[in-house]
Amino acid sequence: MQILISQSNRHWFCVGLRVLFTLPALLLASAIIGFVGFAIEAGIPMPEVFAMNVFIWALPAKLIMIASILSGTSITATFLAVTLSSIRFMPMTAALIPEMRQKSTPTWLLLLLSHFVAITGWVYSLEKFKDIPREGRVAFFAGVGGSLFVFNSVLIVAAYGIVETFPPAALGALFLLTPVYFLLSLWRSARDCSTYFAMVFGLILGPIFHLIAPQFDILLSGIIGGSLATLVYVLLGHHQPTKDIDEGDAS
Amino acid sequence: MNYVSLDDWWWPYLFIAIAGWLATDIWRWMGVIVGNRLNEGSLVLLWVRATATSLVAGVIAKLILYPIGALADFDVNLRVIAVVLGFVVFLLAKKQIIYGILSALIVLLSGHWFLNF
Repeated sequence: MQILISQSNRHWFCVGLRVLFTLPALLLASAIIGFVGFAIEAGIPMPEVFAMNVFIWALPAKLIMIASILSGTSITATFLAVTLSSIRFMPMTAALIPEMRQKSTPTWLLLLLSHFVAITGWVYSLEKFKDIPREGRVAFFAGVGGSLFVFNSVLIVAAYGIVETFPPAALGALFLLTPVYFLLSLWRSARDCSTYFAMVFGLILGPIFHLIAPQFDILLSGIIGGSLATLVYVLLGHHQPTKDIDEGDAS
Repeated sequence: MNYVSLDDWWWPYLFIAIAGWLATDIWRWMGVIVGNRLNEGSLVLLWVRATATSLVAGVIAKLILYPIGALADFDVNLRVIAVVLGFVVFLLAKKQIIYGILSALIVLLSGHWFLNF
């Protein structure tokens, strides 16, 4: 347990908590309010909305679950719809882990923390990691993800009664926040042009595949868009193979 | 068996745990296992990050074009124009997110008011 309670870890955890006082946290909270409004429209009681937040955490998957409940979809079909829309978590988590783990980081801790992987905390952490020493990154991510998670869970309980009184246009505006914020923050977090290529391909291919294969649209746009972006990036000669951090350089 | 099939108090929670928690966290856990084998600076990691980015971009496009919830009440052209203008303002404002967001919201709400006037 020493890894969790050392003084330096406590410090970086607290640095992570600062995410709560940033624009991304405010926008996420607004989007969560929009989600609560949608859940109320669907007639879902507050404890169940709270449970969805705690169990699923990622906003798009929660919206898909409520849409499935509204249309009376079976548990198997709901599972499929949610899981197909959530494949992004695998590459998102896989891209985050190499930047924060150390040789001493236990895998169970990473598995536990991976529940906090959702777009807001992911983009924020990848952007801030360059200012955080490697040994503090796991604690930092725990602070970022954990605080967003806890704050918004409490917010759902507090806001449920108030949101019912919101006019529909206000809720619609809150729903626009999510995609616009994702779009802008993802663009801003780019470290090199491969991110720009990947975004443009994904934005174009997503709707195209939605018409061809609606069940697999996100998956196809991700794999094909990501591969095309990597290919263009390499063909343009941008990729510089770096030294392998695990093996070190003996010379 | 859908969300309202059983009257028992625990059924909705079991539904959420299976179709929500399991359905999302298996990908996060697989990400940890795959990520543990990747090295910083490798081409595979670059591809993984590009794929994650394209997946998120696909989600963004779907949230705008095929929205779930109250956003569907707004005209599709209006939604696209609001997001595109918001993005342009964001680029002009040296990538300050707040200006992009506010522009998109203003275009959406004023356009909606104008269309329903």
